This record gives sequence, structure tokens and C-alpha cells, in this order.
Amino acid sequence: MAVKVIIPTPLRVYAAKKDSAEVSAQTVGEALGGLTTQFSELRKHLFTDDGKLRSFVNVYLNDEDIRYMAKEATPVKDGDVVSIVPSIAGGYNTIDPPRCCS
Amino acid sequence: MAVGYQLWMSHDVAERIRRHGAETFPYECCGALLGRDSAFTENGGSNQQSLEPPREVVELFPLVNRRDDSPRNRFAVTAEDVRDAEKAALQCGLDVVGWYHSHPDHPARPSTFDREHAWPWYSYVIVSVMSGAPAEMTSWRLNDDRQDYWPESIGIRNRAMA
Repeated sequence: MAVKVIIPTPLRVYAAKKDSAEVSAQTVGEALGGLTTQFSELRKHLFTDDGKLRSFVNVYLNDEDIRYMAKEATPVKDGDVVSIVPSIAGGYNTIDPPRCCS
Repeated sequence: MAVGYQLWMSHDVAERIRRHGAETFPYECCGALLGRDSAFTENGGSNQQSLEPPREVVELFPLVNRRDDSPRNRFAVTAEDVRDAEKAALQCGLDVVGWYHSHPDHPARPSTFDREHAWPWYSYVIVSVMSGAPAEMTSWRLNDDRQDYWPESIGIRNRAMA
């Protein structure tokens, strides 16, 4: 199946500045795999060292969050659009010394 | 080796970030930085160049910290918030070029937790808020191997870039 993968702005520098890529896949996981085959530098930003999607990487099939579908095993069909959407998190560690102690 | 990252913003934008941090103290504030990145939009530069053209923040998109469980030392922006920020940027002819948040009673330095959750390319502005008063403000970009940040100098200017 030919699907389109939308690449988020912060990752386009690792994908020849492209905002999307066409891949052939049967599932969302295969689509993401196809994307990182085309652009290998994307892999470390999407997946952990043991191959799992990073927690702040959200993937939508058309407008549905794949966490509420079959996750990476969600099947795709011709013309589907897979979107990678960041979520953002941060904050200081409680073990980081506060300024008064550093 | 990446050196020379610059993030420009007006005095007003800088003050609004500081004020947001003070308003939410002792909890963390957060929001999106809407602006332009000339390296990305004009000459195709990667973030490994030694002399980067500046990036400019033109507008802010303040957000609600979604971390109800630990808002004093954590912030979270959902994917839906990111999509809303991107839509707001698009309506202004801008991009989401980064994110800001505060460190209540802590220095404006990225933590290990910040790094583990960071995206490349984005600018991450941190404002320290000490006892409720805004203090140092810094900006950072994650390096390509995700192991550290490059510091990004913040330039204050009163006119938008051409």
C-alpha cells in the first residue's frame, strides 16, 4: 500500500528538508520503518535504542491516534496519511542543585 | 561542530515569557515560540553549520501546563496542543520554532529530563524564576546525537528581521 508520511518540522533537517515521504507499507509500523530506511538519521529521534517509539512521538493515521487503534500494527490502505506529531515535555530534576546550593 | 546559534526576540516577547513564568510560579509555565528560521527557509542550512543565520521569535502561544501531578518541576504539552500551536503559527505565516518553560527556584539550565524529552532543531528557552521573580533566561538546542545541548544566545531587538 502506498501511504504518505508527514514529517514534523524539527525532523526535516534529517529528511532532506522534505515535509513528507511516500512509502510502501501494510501497517503504520512498516510505514515508519520505510521512512527511517529512506532517512536513517531519523531513527534515533523516533525510536529508542531497543526499537520502541519514543514516548513523546505521537503517530496519527489520518486523524486518529494509533494508540487508540492497534498501535504500530494498525493496518494502512492506499492513500492513507501517517502523521508524526511531537509532544513536548521537560522540567528540572529534583536532584539538580538549586541555584542557592550550586 | 555547531557554534553561533542565535535566537532573536523583541523586548516585549522576552518580557512576556518572564511574566508568564512569574504568573504561574511556583509551577512551571510553558508555551510555543512562533517565528521564522532563515537557515531552514532560505538557504537549506542544516543545524551542523558553524555560522547559522539567526532565528527570530515573533509571537508566543502560551499554553497550559498539562502536568497536574508535578507542575512544580515538570511541564507537558500534548500533541493536540502542538497541533493548535502549529495552526496558530500558520495563520500568522510563521512556524513553531521552539518552546519555552520556566524553572521555579532553579537555574535556567536544561535538566537530564529536558534532554531526554527534547526534539532536535527546536529552540528551548528556559526562564529561571527565583522566589516568584523572573531571573536568568537562556536558550538551547539539542545536538544531533541527543547527548547534550548547544547553547543559543538570545538577542533582544525591537524590530522584526527583514
